[in-house]
Amino acid sequence: MSTNPAFEMRNISKRFPGVLANDNVSFAAAKGEIHALLGENGAGKSTLMSVLCGLYRPDGGELLIDGAPVDFRSPRDAIRAGVGMVYQHFMLAPSQTVTENVMLGLRDTPFVLNTPQLAAEVEKIGAQFHLPVDPHAMIWQLSVGEQQRVEIIKMLYRGANILILDEPTAVLTPPEIEGFFRTLREMAAAGKTIVFISHKLDEVLSIADRITILRGGKWVDTVANANLTKATLASMMVGREVLFRLDKTPHQPGAAQLALSQVQALDDKRLPALRKLSLTVHAGEIVGVAGVAGNGQRELAEVIAGIRPVTGGAIAVTGQDVTHAPPLARIQAGVAYVPEDRSATGSAPDLSVAENLALRAFRKAPLAGRFVLKRQLMQQQAQKLIAQFGIATPSPQTPSRKLSGGNLQKLILAREISSQPQVLVAAYPTRGLDIGATEYVRKVLLEEREKGVAILLLSEDLEEIFALADRIAVIFEGQIVGDLPANTADLETVGLLMAGEQVEA
Amino acid sequence: MTSQTTRSANPTVSRVRLERRLEQPRWLQIMSPIILLGVALLFGAVLLRMVGANPWAVYSRMAGLAFGDAYGWSDTTLKATPLILAGLGVSLAFRMRLWNIGAEGQLFIGAWFATGVALHLLPETTPQPLMLLVMAVAGFVGGALWGGIPGVLKARLNVNEIITSLMLNYVAIFWNNYFIYGPWSQRGFGLSPQFPRTAWLPRFTDYAEQFPFLRGITAHFGIFLALILAIVLWWVLRQTKWGFEIRVLGDNPQAANYAGINIVRNTVLIMMLSGGLAGLAGMSEVAGVVHRLQERFSPGYGFTAIIVAWLAKLNPLAIVLVSYLFAGLLVGGDAIQPAGIAQMLQGVILFVMVGGEMLLQYRVRFGQV
Repeated sequence: MSTNPAFEMRNISKRFPGVLANDNVSFAAAKGEIHALLGENGAGKSTLMSVLCGLYRPDGGELLIDGAPVDFRSPRDAIRAGVGMVYQHFMLAPSQTVTENVMLGLRDTPFVLNTPQLAAEVEKIGAQFHLPVDPHAMIWQLSVGEQQRVEIIKMLYRGANILILDEPTAVLTPPEIEGFFRTLREMAAAGKTIVFISHKLDEVLSIADRITILRGGKWVDTVANANLTKATLASMMVGREVLFRLDKTPHQPGAAQLALSQVQALDDKRLPALRKLSLTVHAGEIVGVAGVAGNGQRELAEVIAGIRPVTGGAIAVTGQDVTHAPPLARIQAGVAYVPEDRSATGSAPDLSVAENLALRAFRKAPLAGRFVLKRQLMQQQAQKLIAQFGIATPSPQTPSRKLSGGNLQKLILAREISSQPQVLVAAYPTRGLDIGATEYVRKVLLEEREKGVAILLLSEDLEEIFALADRIAVIFEGQIVGDLPANTADLETVGLLMAGEQVEA
Repeated sequence: MTSQTTRSANPTVSRVRLERRLEQPRWLQIMSPIILLGVALLFGAVLLRMVGANPWAVYSRMAGLAFGDAYGWSDTTLKATPLILAGLGVSLAFRMRLWNIGAEGQLFIGAWFATGVALHLLPETTPQPLMLLVMAVAGFVGGALWGGIPGVLKARLNVNEIITSLMLNYVAIFWNNYFIYGPWSQRGFGLSPQFPRTAWLPRFTDYAEQFPFLRGITAHFGIFLALILAIVLWWVLRQTKWGFEIRVLGDNPQAANYAGINIVRNTVLIMMLSGGLAGLAGMSEVAGVVHRLQERFSPGYGFTAIIVAWLAKLNPLAIVLVSYLFAGLLVGGDAIQPAGIAQMLQGVILFVMVGGEMLLQYRVRFGQV
């Protein structure tokens, strides 16, 4: 790691209508450095990196690459200067091969393509940086982790010396993360500069050379990664002390409220997603489902909520069979569902906050009579929930699309929990939330557990599962391959089970 | 960090940029249709100028014809009535993102059903209110059945309703033609026999004896039906549980499904109601204007209704206003030569208003970047 900065951002400011997303932020990284950019949602990380990769132009400040000032007008300018960004949502064409995706959008692509040569280069880059991927495979055939490798290879092929990775580990399993970190170290050793955006403190501490913390659009500190603890980093991020331990009463399971036996279901491509999956959740317990994304979690949540048909097996809620019951019958049976996709499934974006809060309760008294809605009461109910759950919204009439991710999640939680469910399915309830909102959501889940709700928690964050769950069910290829008590389970066993290994219990 | 002195040498480039608005100001939402209408008329004026006409004279003559006196209002109301009814039907389907392009066909089938009642089902001596009521119900049911076909196909088999509803227009029109040239024909002309008087919707001029100022006002009571239904629909969508379901479905079908709202049932129901309203437009035309079934009794009201619903942003009350505007264009355009001018203006208005929507969502920025 040399001391010459590969890039330097000086006093960058960027204003959006109503927000100052970056306020006089300075940020630099050296060649061969892995520099983590840490901050809560809305801290300005993405904006700052969008300036670096040419997506936004700053309103103030300057940008230097290798000591020379630059003025990027587009990501194309940035990539020509060696800055490449790998987004959380991949920009790949699913029906094209890896090689074709790598050459996509290159300006100097010849009219007649020399695909074999390019494929060889893809393979070479892959070998050099420990990014194994078949250059001839179609993107849709690849796992999420492999697709991420393709994105990185794409950037390297285009000559990126500065790689910006936006929350790259969110889609990876623990073993994959290790391989990925090895790649990062190799790239750094080869003189590449890596900016690693994250809010996972453990990962940042294990990989970064230096860490820059942003909060509320402002630069807080840049520190070398030595003698740092999670607590110090977290308090710099949030601006106050953060509790990592959650107080939890002993596990006292009640009656089986949710029982799945031998459930089968198809995914959106009509391939088997759940293969005779059996699982039981009792009153007053949280069962955490651990698994690599795409092993049937989404389908599991959806068959319980009744929005995906079951092709075999049976589902019972509080003893009643609901296997083929429509969503309304599930709601009436006491199933609440916090869906994975807050805006696409969990809310109607153009309807108001009050209306979204009533999405579940609008059919019954007190919110409605036989035919007519009682708007007055709907309003009062909304105000009550907004206050109780601390939803930050200008008014109950505001369209829900204007809420931030954390507040939308609070809205959904408020709605689902206020229905006093027997069974709560929470899919990735803290995904993308900042530390403050995450703390709140976890606290609410534990409160519901206290009240005797049977909770099924799907999460990609093992730390979260270990902190909240009473039992850990590991899902792999549509089956529960392990069901362990949380207090005796260890991370390694769970990780192996997630990867499909056989483990002696 | 190393300190290096560099001077930024940003070249200044001025350009025009479109920036997405995060908020749509309320005044803009209300004013935009009015501003855009002005722009459209200006645009039309340029075209009129190019063909050598005096735009001001043309516009004032059109406005005079359509809204200048009681007779103008009467003619405009006459044309606005079917537009409002069919427009309400179309808007209801569009609200749920069901693209019912079949209002024209539903209107014809509604008219056919109403004609069947007037000529064959009920005797001439049936009291007028009962006759009209049964005709209205029949017209509604006819349109509902016709709209229900694409609805069921969509809900059960996911067949594209745009194609089916569009194609059913032709079926409906040929169905009507068969009857007016065949079984119901009067000596081989494309006309059914005239309805008995009991099957005529009352016209304002029918009351000229009591109220002389109504003489010559040929608009009929169908307009009351249209206005009442506009208000009812507005209220239902806003204040009822079912209206709430429809709004959730229209905004995010996936969220609606998740919230336990029955998509299949509502798809069929909405397509039937949508068709039923268009069917009422057909009934109101045959009972109020032509008093028989005949060829081309609708100059494409079902298609114009699509434009009306869209420009009114699917708001039932706005549909009334927009329908009057378009009816005025039709009436004013009748007296303008060449006859295509009115249609051209319709086209220009639609074009400008749909294009101008962008101004609501984006902000134009000039200057240095």
